[in-house]
Amino acid sequence: MGLFYHIGKYFLLLRRVFAKPEKHGVYYRETLKEIEKLGISSMGIVAIVSVFMGAVITIQTAYNTENPLLPTYLIGLGARDSILLEFSSTIVALILAGKIGSNIASEIGTMRVTEQIDALEIMGVNSASFLILPKIVASVIFAPFLTLLSMIVGIAGGWIAGTAAGVVTTENYVYGIQYAFNPFYITYSIIKIDVFAFLITTISAYHGYNSYGGSLEVGKSSTKAVVHSSIFILLFNLILTQLLLS
Amino acid sequence: MIEVKGVSKSFESADVLKDVSVVFEKGKTNLIIGQSGSGKTVLLKSIVGLHEVDQGQIIYDDIVFNKLDFKAKKEMRKQIGMLFQGGALFDSSTVEENVMYPLEMFTDLSHSEKQDRANECLKRVNIINVNKLFPSEISGGMQKRVAIARAIALNPKYLFCDEPNSGLDPRTAIVIDNLIKEITEEYDMTTIVNTHDMNSVMEIGDKVVYIYKGEKWWEGTRDDIFNTNNEELNNFIFASKLSRKIRDLENKV
Repeated sequence: MGLFYHIGKYFLLLRRVFAKPEKHGVYYRETLKEIEKLGISSMGIVAIVSVFMGAVITIQTAYNTENPLLPTYLIGLGARDSILLEFSSTIVALILAGKIGSNIASEIGTMRVTEQIDALEIMGVNSASFLILPKIVASVIFAPFLTLLSMIVGIAGGWIAGTAAGVVTTENYVYGIQYAFNPFYITYSIIKIDVFAFLITTISAYHGYNSYGGSLEVGKSSTKAVVHSSIFILLFNLILTQLLLS
Repeated sequence: MIEVKGVSKSFESADVLKDVSVVFEKGKTNLIIGQSGSGKTVLLKSIVGLHEVDQGQIIYDDIVFNKLDFKAKKEMRKQIGMLFQGGALFDSSTVEENVMYPLEMFTDLSHSEKQDRANECLKRVNIINVNKLFPSEISGGMQKRVAIARAIALNPKYLFCDEPNSGLDPRTAIVIDNLIKEITEEYDMTTIVNTHDMNSVMEIGDKVVYIYKGEKWWEGTRDDIFNTNNEELNNFIFASKLSRKIRDLENKV
């Protein structure tokens, strides 16, 4: 019953979030701020994780394809497909769930327990929409750029690690990443990251918005936001993969 | 004028408010007093619509506020200003942005006009030269004054203050009290202050309502308090030795 209660409450919150904004100009400015706060500030962590992820994938692929019958360009091809299909969307989403999910839940949760949300309501502002909608729009707009960044940096990381370790030459790696390339893989990845971005922001905002008590509850909400976002990312990863690739 | 008519409110099995009826007068500073847990915050939050009442009516100048639909309530709220216990200033906005916020949301003024109005409100509460600072960079008393400036930015008809003196030293508390009283008279607002600070009662209590275990136990003016026979109120008001001495001296005079 608890699960249905929360699902119902989550959709009721979403109904308030997508109500007509009071002032479009204010929402637009808030969205730009959120793009900076949630998106641009995440570029560093995404780049760092992606370069190492690409490097490890390349070395592991090389290790698994260590066979004189298999051409070494397969290392590039395997690394590319792993990065494009899974890592740059799902792993990046899981990182974002930790970084921006906890940020959103703690920010909104703190606003709740310090009565800032009540202050908005008293003024006649739809607090759910004002606080959450700009975050959703910002993350859905910017998340695909983070995924594209992750793809580029991940593949570059694979090349650096592969050539430095001597498991693949530059020519073979470049040939591999171009071999039998399917552009739909990028579309698939972007669709996934947008769904994940929506889930991360709304689930985290839901937990923050429903924090009551003090700092301890805000901390708990933040943890729940990360855990629940991660679980739903994995669940929707399965659903979307089945829908888009089967 | 705000009239509370037969209001009851319960949370799960706990009856927090029991058939409370009271009239809060316009142009006066109306105080709700009571012990912690007596239900005074629930009453205040019910009046402003942050809690839905189970029974009864909240009437703002002939408009039954608690029966309004969401949209009408939202419109009505533009006439309401509220000062929260902790100030409830937006952490990520500067002092000036905080005061400008209601103007940004609900007026079509130009940026310079909004800035002028914000500065006017800040000046009224004696806040100068801190416009670009963040709430965390100013003192608690200043935060409360900025919150008052934000509350009056849209010239509200109703002002609500939830424990405005909590966390303040007695001297600053009196400054805040007097500011609330002055603004109430200047803007001819209906002001309701929720407090358990006896200095506030004596300083600004034009009308005092005592809530005891969720019921309205007593109402009167600050002068009536010295002559009341209400035992619970006497135990609450004159809880300290000092206050008992003051009462005895007052009664002698």
